[in-house]
This record gives sequence, structure tokens and C-alpha cells, in this order.
Amino acid sequence: MNFPILSIITFLPMVAAVIMLMIPANRKTEVRGVALATATVDLLLSGWVYLQYLLGHLTGYQFVEQYDWLPALGISLKFGVDGMSAPLVLLTGIVMFTGVLISWGEYDEAHHLSAGIQDRPREFFAFLFLLAGGVFGVFVSLDLFMLFFFYEIAVFPMYLLIAIWGWVKTREYAAMKLTLYLFIGSVVSLVGALVMYWTQYQNTGILSFDMIQMESAGFSASFQYIWFLPVFIGFAVLGGMWPFHNWSPDGHVAAPTAVSMFHAGVLMKLGAFAALRVGVMLLPEGAKQWSWLIMAFAGIAVVYGAYIAFVQTDMKYMIGFSSVSHMGLVVLGVSTLNHNGLVGAGVQMFSHGVMTALFFAITGMIYDRSHTRQIPELGGIAKVMPFATIGFIIGGLVSMGMPGFSGFVAEFPIFMGVWGRQWMLAVVASISIIITAAYIMMNIRKVFFSPMPEEIQKHHIGDITMLDKIAIATLCFFMIIIGMFPSVMVPMVERGVENILRLLGGA
Amino acid sequence: MATELLIWLIPLPPVLAFFLIVLFTNKNKALSHSVAISAAFLSWLGSMVVFVRALGVEHLGEHPFESAINWLPTGDTWLKVGVLIDPLSAAVLFFVAWTVLMIFIYSVGYHNYGQPAGDHDHAGLPPHGATVHGHAVPSVEPMYSRFFAFIGLFAFGMYTLVVSDNLLTLFVGWEIMGLCSYLLIGFWFGKPSARNAAVKAFMTTRIGDVFMLLGISFLYYATGTLSYREIFNEETLHVLATVPSGVFGLSAAGLIAILLFIGTIGKSAQFPLHVWLPDAMEGPTPVSAMIHAATMVSAGVYAVIRMFPLLSAGYEGHGLTAAMSVVAFIGAFTAIFAATIAVAQNDIKRVLAYSTISQLGFMIAALGIGAYVAAVFHLITHAFFKALLFLGSGSVIHGMEHGVLHTGNHSVDPQDMFNMGGLRKKMPITFWTFLIGGFALSGFPLVTAGFWSKDEILADAWGHGHMAVFITLAVAAFLTAFYTMRQITLTFLGEARTKEAEHAHETPFTMTVPLMILSVFAIGYGWVGIPEHFPLLGGLVPNWFHEFVGGTLAEHPEAVEFSIIPLATSLFVALGGLFFGWLAYRNVKSVAQDKLQIPLLKNKYYFDEAYDYLFIKPAIWFSEVFVSKWMDKGFIDGILHIFGPATGGLGTFIRDKFDVPVVNRFFGDGSADATYWIGKNLRPIQTGRIQQYLILSLIILVVIGGLLFALLVRSA
Repeated sequence: MNFPILSIITFLPMVAAVIMLMIPANRKTEVRGVALATATVDLLLSGWVYLQYLLGHLTGYQFVEQYDWLPALGISLKFGVDGMSAPLVLLTGIVMFTGVLISWGEYDEAHHLSAGIQDRPREFFAFLFLLAGGVFGVFVSLDLFMLFFFYEIAVFPMYLLIAIWGWVKTREYAAMKLTLYLFIGSVVSLVGALVMYWTQYQNTGILSFDMIQMESAGFSASFQYIWFLPVFIGFAVLGGMWPFHNWSPDGHVAAPTAVSMFHAGVLMKLGAFAALRVGVMLLPEGAKQWSWLIMAFAGIAVVYGAYIAFVQTDMKYMIGFSSVSHMGLVVLGVSTLNHNGLVGAGVQMFSHGVMTALFFAITGMIYDRSHTRQIPELGGIAKVMPFATIGFIIGGLVSMGMPGFSGFVAEFPIFMGVWGRQWMLAVVASISIIITAAYIMMNIRKVFFSPMPEEIQKHHIGDITMLDKIAIATLCFFMIIIGMFPSVMVPMVERGVENILRLLGGA
Repeated sequence: MATELLIWLIPLPPVLAFFLIVLFTNKNKALSHSVAISAAFLSWLGSMVVFVRALGVEHLGEHPFESAINWLPTGDTWLKVGVLIDPLSAAVLFFVAWTVLMIFIYSVGYHNYGQPAGDHDHAGLPPHGATVHGHAVPSVEPMYSRFFAFIGLFAFGMYTLVVSDNLLTLFVGWEIMGLCSYLLIGFWFGKPSARNAAVKAFMTTRIGDVFMLLGISFLYYATGTLSYREIFNEETLHVLATVPSGVFGLSAAGLIAILLFIGTIGKSAQFPLHVWLPDAMEGPTPVSAMIHAATMVSAGVYAVIRMFPLLSAGYEGHGLTAAMSVVAFIGAFTAIFAATIAVAQNDIKRVLAYSTISQLGFMIAALGIGAYVAAVFHLITHAFFKALLFLGSGSVIHGMEHGVLHTGNHSVDPQDMFNMGGLRKKMPITFWTFLIGGFALSGFPLVTAGFWSKDEILADAWGHGHMAVFITLAVAAFLTAFYTMRQITLTFLGEARTKEAEHAHETPFTMTVPLMILSVFAIGYGWVGIPEHFPLLGGLVPNWFHEFVGGTLAEHPEAVEFSIIPLATSLFVALGGLFFGWLAYRNVKSVAQDKLQIPLLKNKYYFDEAYDYLFIKPAIWFSEVFVSKWMDKGFIDGILHIFGPATGGLGTFIRDKFDVPVVNRFFGDGSADATYWIGKNLRPIQTGRIQQYLILSLIILVVIGGLLFALLVRSA
């Protein structure tokens, strides 16, 4: 047995959560210290896994660990990463690290500035880390039961985080809406998964939740036609799939900054990833049968989300709907079931995760200082927060798919893949590129470069803190490095895609 | 140094300058412009070395300098990126290097380097001037360093685009320039008009870019490569030309070419995406020169010239392909359409803006009718004389601003030509260089570069029998000469019409020297492309340009036969236009006397308003009302909000109609009540008397015994 690095990555945040709860509540600095240390270690470990995969192995599942848990039912704790999941593990590490940085929450006496989390940081970080552990668990699980187990762990703390620390006006509505959507979605998928489990037992006599085992369970075509849609869509709800997307922007808006970052950055990836891993990979015939429907939904989402984002006046709603649009591109890429589309989807998951995390981080910084997120009420931020401005512009360029940034490396293959399947849809979906450019540019023009309104001037906005800058720089680093040198990520995603294509019958 | 390596290095200095300025020298103006100009100089030097070496290669078209590396992995192969210098890119590199360097140097003077900081200047607004010893003097641009950083990035985009050997890096450079145009048009972001113009420019070109991206996707899907050399071989082109695309009956090549051409329509401001270019005048003048001559619009034309083999796939020398017809139509229409608008503009820069659109139309039309070499030739001569004209107009504005500062009357618009007049005496160098540029634009015969390139386009149109294009372009050429002379007359000739014009002042040498250098090219560059059969002059100088650039194509294009009619036409339209322009405006004293102030033309055929009603307002309505309000909030959330109360309603129903009466009352309370009732009614018999119990037992025994007896005996 190798060094159990994936288990450590997964359980370390949970252990840290327990440790933090044991620290007295008034020792806020210690709590934050533990949080940052844990996040840093997790980031380094996930980065190490990523680099090992990229430079060393670059094939199949790596770092596989397996421990029996309930052998009678064929449930075991089985971890491993492939080319699809390794970038997402790294993404989670990045979002966790930057999320802690921007939630640090020192109270600045001189400027009466309260940024980040002031209220009960101990409980906040504990729940956040519980969530993070769940997310890591989903990405590395090779056991279907464990995947569901971690999935629920990842979803549940969201309710508390939003309902307790969220935006007062909508937090209860949004938290409930989000929880209901996600639990209903996962229950639907769970039913599908249990049916798959029993059918495998009937077909092969093996009682096992091992997903690699299930790939060869011999599900009949008609079985796959029936069960693909519930399983795929059940998960894709968490990926913000149209028309089940509405929990997502509401949730973004109500959530505190770090939770928005997690929510858009990694939670939505969770849905898309699980839909791919369980829906497409275990039920490939069903995927082929229904890909037109998924493609249609995704195509609508891409344009639809962009249109709505275009008219939002709340920055968080704008970013929330832009996430619907961008996650639509992920699902669109998946639904092509061809090499280019899937590779683009894989890269887009990472790229979008980093990009929205950045957007929400900066929006949070602006809100903490100006006490508004309304685009028409904002202005002149560029003068007081130049670093954040540059960060937002870089994020904007990624968002609109500018070459040289990660967004292009992701979107270009998706469009090529879609063109290969259905050129009309590529044309329709490309409308979103124009609208995205429009709302991003108009937002930048108004919020950052127009004259600062008097209301805002009263708050004597100061610059962001050093920790904020580190967070922004970290996120920008990944978007640029992938844009400039796609070979740091694309070959890896391709290994994962090859595996998927093999299951789809070498298509 | 190996030529290939040198080509790789050409784009790098400006981008290094960008980072150096942003990160380190931001505070120091002298250091910032030194870094930027040194970078432009290094790129210029590299370009010249490469150009000279390219001249020394025989059959450069078949054996270009090229080198490529792997960039984006795609399945089994890699999407390669690389550099390529063939005759076309060498020729383009030459003019880009010269104009970029001149614009960089010019910017030093334009932004008032060496002047004091302004009294009330703010970052994001044009400098308003400073007071020194009670005199108003120009003040230095507050964001001086930032300007040089941005144009460095801009130059990087253009160099990348020119040296790249594939559509992907071309697109990268293309988009970088789109971004830079946004940043630079909106450079004075304190002005609302500049902010709007920046967004408009970005968005309009972006529409074109999306189609271009689709074209690239389709091309990659169809051929599996994006490298020019691999696409433009005979086999691939033949396949593309014969495979139907399934769209409007076009061949694959035709559809790809048209999609890519839409990108050019956006970038080179052709009808119907021309609306952004005149507004782009909101940027500082060196930016206008950068966009209009050296880089962005030229990049659009360059891209479509690059794609010519695709455009003309299936073309046999007669009968234009569908894609070529589209291109020719758009080009010719734009040429005349923009020229008519230009005659009614009063802003010195706006006249030039529309003339750019019109001249680009000439090039596009030339390409559409297969006049490949003529299009390249006009692209290059136009870049030189239009850079000259823009920088000249900037010099005029600068001189006028000097006058405005002198009189202190800030209500006078220093860009309105009707506020000028008689500037030839005040600004002699600017006058003479502007005159050269203007004459080149008009196609003044024999001397200027513009004559030779425009004449070649007309000769090609005539020679290949494209009469409609020929007549359209001839009329456009006449209008060009007319509005150019109108501009020169109003600006420089006659007497000063305002006090400000009287106090205008010649600009510093950093501005005038680039003007002089560019005027050398505005005249001299035409002589490298004199047709061989031209009367008297033909053959004196070999038609080097045709030989050289024509070598880019696999099939060397033949020079068109000489004919007197197109020559006579170009002589007539150039001289006639100039003469009438002078005649009509020599005595005009005020705008009221101008007979061409037609509202339809002044308002640019109301395109901005029409687009607002046709596209922008419906798009906003669609997003705001249809998608957001009806679909998302109304329908999807509506269903959710029906489910919410419905679930609640169902719950209430179950509670009230079933749970409370049936489960609760009947089973729950009912069983309790029944138990209680039974207990209560049984209580009287619990007397505690043994006798009664015995009697009761006896009665029960008798009853049960009777029952048992009856049942058992009966059944037995």
C-alpha cells in the first residue's frame, strides 16, 4: 500500500473541522490559523497529486487505495484519481486555500472595515471544511456508495453556511431552495444507482458498488435507456443544468463570499463530474441515446444564462447566471460525446471553477467595503482597488474566452466538438460569447471605471488586504498558465477522455 | 542569428515593454517611453533584418522561413503554433514595423512629454493645460506611462498576427488587438463618450470574431489542421471546394471563407459592422493611427488576403466563386457608402475615419475580384499614407489646442475643420506632409503611392470585366479626392476662421519627424509596383512588388494587360475630385455655406439609431422581459412556486380531511375514547363482592358452554 495521499487530502479538512470546534470560540486567530494551515497543506498535497499524475504516470487511475467497509454489501472505501478528476482535486485545493484567505476577516479599526467572516469564524470554518472534505471525497471516490456518501456531506453544510452566515434578505429562502433541489436531485440519482447495483447482482452475481467493476456489469441497452436520464439529470441539477438551475443563482447571492466561491467554483463541478462519471461512464448506451436531449438543454442553458446575466443589476446575480451559462458549456461539451467536446468540458470545469471563484472573491471585497453589489450604484473602484480591478479584468477575459487564457483552451475544443455533432447548435451557442463579452465589459466599465458616486465615496473605500491580493494572484496564476501552456492540463484530461471514449465504444 | 529564431523574437520586445512598464517603470515617464520606443525599435530592427533576408531568397513563396512548436494537444496530434515569413508576411511586416515605430515616437510629443503636470488634470481625462508664470501651456498626459504600456501590447498583438503560420495564433493576435483597442479607445475613460465608444468597438468587432471562431472550428473540423501551409495545398483545397457544407448550397471552402470574412468585416469595419470605427476617434490620436493604419484594420484585410486561396478555391479565372462575390459586393458597397458619408463630416478625424472604411472597401473589393496583388499593394500604401494623415491630423489638433489654450476659450472644438483655415502658414511641416498624404489618398497621378495602388485595382476590375465594381470604385475614388481636398482646403488654405486658428503653433520635432519619414513612403512606395506596360514609366523600374508578393500564391497571378480606359479614369477622378473639392470650398467661411451638410449623410444614414432599434433594444427586451421575467422568474420559478403552495395545500388537505378526522379523530382519539368508554361502563360491575363475581362467572360459563355446544354438536 502506498502512502494514502488521497485519504489524507479528503479527511484532513474534516479532522481540522473537529479540531477547530475544540478551540475556544473567542480564540479567533487560532481558528483561522488552523484553517489556513490545513488549506495550505491540502493545496500542496493536491498540487503534488496533480504534478505526479501529469509528469509521472499519465495513465488510468492513480494513487488507488482500497479499504473494506461493509464487505457483505460490497461497499468499500476506494479512492483514486484519473485525468478527469485530478484537475478537479487541485481546483478544490485552490478554492479552499483562497476561500480561507479572503474570509480571514481581520477587523480594521482605522477604516471601520470589516471584511471576511467576523461572526463565529470557528463554526464557519468547521462547516466549510466539512464541505470541502465532502467535495474532495466525491472527486476521488471510485465506489458509488462512497460517492453518494461524500456527495451528501458536501451538500448538507451548504444549508447551514447560507442560512447562518448568508445575506440577511434572502438567506432562508435560498438555503431551503438549494437544499431541496439538491436533495431531490441526489435522491433521484440514488434510486438509479441502487437499481444499477441490483441489476449488476442479477447479471453477474457480484455485489459491489465499485464503479470500475460496474463498467462491465453488462447493463442491457433498454435498461440504460430508461435509467440514464434520471441518473444524469439527478446529478446535473447540482451542475446547474437548465431547467433545474434556479437554486444556483439564488444560492450564490445569499451565500457569504467564501461559500459562493465554493458553490460556483467546486460544487457545481461536483454535479457535472458525477453526472459524467456515473451517468455517461456507467450507462454509455443511454448517453448515446439521450445525448440530443442533454445537448438541447445545455445549448439553451448557455444562451439563456448569458441573456439573464446581461440584465442583472446585482453583481452576484450576474455572476450566478454567467455560471449557469458557463456550466451549460461543460454539459454541452459532455453531451457531444466526442474527443474535443469532452476535453473542452474537462478543462472548462477547472477554468470556470477558478474564474468564478475569482469573480465572487472580488465581488465580496467590493461589497464589504462599499456595502452594495448593485452595479448602477457602484463606480470608480479602479482607483481605490487597482489590484482587484486587474484581477477582475483577467477573470473577464477568461470568461469571454480570450485566447491566452484558460477560457479559450476550454471553449475552443467545445465549439469544435459541437460543430462536429450539430453545427447549428454551435452557431446558436456562440451567441453567448457575444453576450458574455457585453455584460462583462459593461460591468467593468460601470463598476471599475465610471466616476465614483457620492454614496460610495462616503465609505472611504480603502485597498484590499495583502491576503486578498495573494488569493487573487493565485487564482489568476492558474488561468494564465493554462491559457499560455495548455499542455500543463490538456494531456491529462485527454487520458480521462480516452477512458470515457473507450466505454462509449471507441467513438 | 538564425532567421527563424529572429522571427520568433520579433513580437516579444513590445510585450516585454508592456510588463516592464506596468510592473516597474510606471512612475517614471522618461523611462517608460524609453522602454517602449526601444522595444518598438528592436522589433523594427528584427523586422528589417528578416525583410532583407527574405528578399535574398529565391522563390520565397515555395520555401518560406518557417518553424513551429506543439501547443494544444488534440487527440493523436498537436495543434502547432509557429512562425512563417513568406512574401506576403514579409511585405506586411515591413509596413507594420515602420508605422508602429513612427507612432511610438510621435506619441511622446503628442502626450506633451516635458510639459508640467496639469493644474486640474485627472487620470482618465485629456490633459487641460497648466499655468506657468501666468501663461497657459499644454500639460503632460497624467497616464503617460500607461499609454505606452498599452500600445506596446497592441504592437505585440499585431506582430504576433503577422508572423504566425496558422489561424490559431492569428486569432490570438487578433483578440489581443481587440482588447487593446478597447483599452485605448477608452483610454480617457473619464469621458462617457470614450467609455461607450470602447464598448461599442469591442462588441461590434466581437460579433465578427465569433463568426471567425466558428469558421476556424469548421475549418479544423474539416481538415484537422489550422496551419496555412497545410490547408493551402492543392489537394485540401480541392476537397474543400467540392464538399458541400450543407448551408445555403455553399461548398465547405465557401462557407469557411465567408465565416472568416465576417471576422474581417468586424475588424476592418466593413458594412454592416462599420459603426464602431468612427466612434473609435474618441481615443488619443496616435491610437487612431494605430487602429486605422498600422494594426487593427490592416489585420482584418491581411487575414482575408491570407485566406484568399480558400476564398478562391474553385475559381478558374472567370466566374467568381460565391464567396468571392460576397466579398466583392461588400467591399465595393462599403467603398462608396463610406465615401458619401465622409463628404459631410466636419470633424477632421471623422473624415479620415470614413475614408479608412472606404479605402478598406477598395482592398476588399479588389480581393473579391481576384486582384490579389493589387489588394496587398493598396493595403501597404494605404497604411503609410493613412498613418501619415492621422498623425498629421493629430498634429493639427495639437496646434489648435495650443491656440485654444492661448485664447482660453474652451468652447472652441479644436477638431472641427470649420474652426480652422490658413494653418499652412502656422504649421508648414504639418501642411506639406498632410498634403502629401492627402494627395496619396486621392491618387494624385504618377507621384504618389496611392495612385499606383488604386490604379492597379481599377485596371484589374476593368481588365477582368467586372464593370459594376469598376464603376462603383471609380465613383468612390472621385468622392475620395473630393473630400480630401475639401479637408485640405478647409484646414490649411484660405484665412484663419477663428482666433484659435490664428494662434495655432507648429508641433515639436518628435511629432514632425515621423510625419516626414512617413511622407517619404507615401510617395516612394508606389514606385516599387509600376506596371511593366505602363506608358513611358513602365519597365524603367522593374515591377518588383508584383513579382515578390505574387510569389505567395501557388499559382503566380498574371499581371493584367494595360488598357488606356482605367488609366484615363483614374487620372480623371483623382484630378477632377481634387479640383472640385478646391473649387467648392475655397471661399467657404462658415458651416452654413457648406451645401453638403445633408442630414442623412451627417447622421451616417442613421445606422447607429437603426441598430439601436433593430438589435440593441430587442436584445435587451429579450433578456429582460422574455428570458428573465417570463421564462426564468415567471415560468420556471413559477412552477416551483406553484409546487411550494401546492405541496403546502396538499399537506393542509391531508391534515384537514384525512389526518385530523380519520387518523386522529377516528383511529387515534377514537380508540382512546372507546377504551375509556369501555372502561367506564365496565366499572359498575367491579363491585368487589365474591358472590356477584361467581354469579357472573356462572352466567358466562353457561353462555359459552351453550355456544360451544351449539357449534360443536351442529358441526359434528
